[in-house]
Amino acid sequence: MLHIENLHASTAGTEILRGVNLDIAPGEVHAIMGPNGSGKSTLAHVLSGRPDYEVTAGSVTYNGVDLLALAPEERAAAGVFLAFQYPVEIPGVGNLYFLRTAVNSIRATKGLDPIAVTTFIKMADKAMDAVEMDKSMKNRSVNEGFSGGEKKRNEILQMTMLEPTLAILDETDSGLDIDALRIVANGVNALRSPERSMLVITHYQRLLDYIVPDKIHVLAAGRIVRSGGKELALELEASGYADIEAELASKGATA
Amino acid sequence: MTPPSNEVTELAEREYQHGFVTDIETEVIPKGLDEDVVRLISSKKNEPEWLLEWRLAAYRHWVTMSEPTWQKAHYPSIDFQDIAYWAAPKPKPKLNSLDEVDPELREMFDKLGISLAEQERLSNVAVDAIVDSVSVATTFKAKLAEAGVIFCSFSEAVAEHPDLVRANLGSVVPVRDNYYAALNSAVFSDGSFCYIPAGVRCPMELSTYFRINSAQTGQFERTLIVAEEGSYVSYLEGCTAPMRDENQLHAAVVELVAHTDAQIKYATVQNWYPGDAEGRGGIYNFVTKRGKCAGDRSKISWTQVETGSAITWKYPSVVLQGDDSVGEFYSVALTAGRQQADTGTKMIHIGKNTSSTIVSKGISAAHGQNTYRGQVKVLRSAQGARNFTQCDSLLIGSDCGAHTVPYIEVKNASAQVEHEASTSKIGEDQMFYCRQRGISEEDATSMIVNGFCREVFNELPMEFAVEAQRLLSVSLEGSVG
Ligand SMILES: Nc1ncnc2c1ncn2[C@@H]1O[C@H](COP(=O)(O)OP(=O)(O)OP(=O)(O)O)[C@@H](O)[C@H]1O
Ligand SMILES: [Mg+2]
Repeated sequence: MLHIENLHASTAGTEILRGVNLDIAPGEVHAIMGPNGSGKSTLAHVLSGRPDYEVTAGSVTYNGVDLLALAPEERAAAGVFLAFQYPVEIPGVGNLYFLRTAVNSIRATKGLDPIAVTTFIKMADKAMDAVEMDKSMKNRSVNEGFSGGEKKRNEILQMTMLEPTLAILDETDSGLDIDALRIVANGVNALRSPERSMLVITHYQRLLDYIVPDKIHVLAAGRIVRSGGKELALELEASGYADIEAELASKGATA
Repeated sequence: MTPPSNEVTELAEREYQHGFVTDIETEVIPKGLDEDVVRLISSKKNEPEWLLEWRLAAYRHWVTMSEPTWQKAHYPSIDFQDIAYWAAPKPKPKLNSLDEVDPELREMFDKLGISLAEQERLSNVAVDAIVDSVSVATTFKAKLAEAGVIFCSFSEAVAEHPDLVRANLGSVVPVRDNYYAALNSAVFSDGSFCYIPAGVRCPMELSTYFRINSAQTGQFERTLIVAEEGSYVSYLEGCTAPMRDENQLHAAVVELVAHTDAQIKYATVQNWYPGDAEGRGGIYNFVTKRGKCAGDRSKISWTQVETGSAITWKYPSVVLQGDDSVGEFYSVALTAGRQQADTGTKMIHIGKNTSSTIVSKGISAAHGQNTYRGQVKVLRSAQGARNFTQCDSLLIGSDCGAHTVPYIEVKNASAQVEHEASTSKIGEDQMFYCRQRGISEEDATSMIVNGFCREVFNELPMEFAVEAQRLLSVSLEGSVG
């Protein structure tokens, strides 16, 4: 269970998140939409512990633990996974080597021995098949020279192998063609389970046709300004954020 | 003499693991250097007259030279009269079997992870072990001899193959070449010699393992490798030293000669004691390494992983004399703590269609200073010469430095010379990405750094590559966060 209360965060001296409140129960999938620059990625980064963001107020608890007190790797060990909007390239580090290091690091925190290489490869093969990733990606450097779509599939591969309990997907659908979108969505849906919560950040209603959320929230100017069921996405698709922004502006005048 | 056999394995695990001193009975001559010391060294080694003359010529030239100061390194000037120029484990009677190796020496090599005896059948690496400039054991000599390969200590080569030594000694690095090469030529105590006859592919990796043990001594060894027409050899060099508060000088010379169609691969994993975090102690590693591609289509590759020493100052170079000859230099140099490295290469293109490749990866952490200094020289005769240089620096933290000093001199218009350089910091993005996946900062640093060096590690034999990776990780410990 994720509980976010009055979360304020800033970076480089600018306040980006201005009081976010959000609860996600186990097994639920929530979507976050909102205009560019509204703070969606910032929220994802703050939840996963990116160092260059400063939390100035509020709290985040995850399964009763103060998430904000944990280092990023400790959050990962606690089950938090972020599929990056812009996956990072690591030259010279083999893709599966990286993934195995990650898997084993998290296993170590649970007192588990490193996974046997053969077992790992079998699991990875299966997970790669599921996201239709070419096997040549195994030994290429992490994300280096991967196409936009390949990078996103790689994120899903990592997510599948790391089996998080809180998965945050930051625009994993951006830049995907229709087939890739379906593949990625299938990968995500395969991970849906009663223990696993997901926070899906997207600009497009079409992703939500594939990954049907329990709730949709609109983030604007660092706050959640609307929440609703999946019909909210359709409404936004039709009318854009203009209404919301207008509403905000009038509220801003009184606030 | 039946030599012990062994394998150079894990040179390092945590911190500087080789900082111990072994209590071996050692013979050290008094400090100081003059002609008499040169004569004394030569006589201790029962050297022929020509070699003594050669040493004296070097000495007489050395006294006219002054210590170079152009390299980007800062250290108090060295008092050359405050160094002992000869230290050797007390001579033992000739060894007839492995069991006769001095138990303390054996124990020392066991500690270094170079286990004697039991790996005889497993390993396929012949080792010449050199302690304080004297060869204490060379393994696999018999097997190598079957192939016609000579692999022995320098002293033994002088005694048993004087013509080969005389013909090649100083042919690549003349005694007057530079200050430290002249000094080495005057006082060198031992080293390794290797000769691969025409058409022979050396049946195993050859390796020299250097260990400085005594205090206040300099280490001056020479390595000479001659590869005759169409032969091939791969050579590995490893080094460690005890932790001591004072600085110690290591001024070696390595000469390689590759004849027509011959190939020499020379790999170094240098892990001399780097000094402590404040810069106390450590080895001054001032080494001259040069190869000559004497014959057409010959090839010399240098691969070095430099993680140790307080100051490293070396430029393994290739003189590309034969037409179509090839020179390569792959380097990883890491400076952490207060370490300083000024390293790179020289590629001298003389023959037609000669080509050279330089890949240098410098990593600076803590207060480390890392300079790549490289020269590509294309002479008028070198029609169609090509060079590609790639020089990347990685910074960890903000108190360290990386510097790139390329010298390019082209006298033939048909030459193609390409130079690429980059400097980067370990990206916060990369670090966060790794940590988000559950990987600790320290593991992430070592993974990113190893990735950065991968092109160079790919040039190393497997065991050395593994060891090099571990060394980097160990050297970086405490440099992050
Ligand atoms: N490191 C930074 N320095 C300065 N401003 C930043 C930094 N990181 C984010 N911002 C600003 O914070 C605001 C929110 O950025 P964020 O990336 O969270 O938006 P987003 O909602 O994810 O947008 P998009 O839909 O375009 O991905 C933007 O105005 C952005 O420019
Ligand atoms: Mg974003």
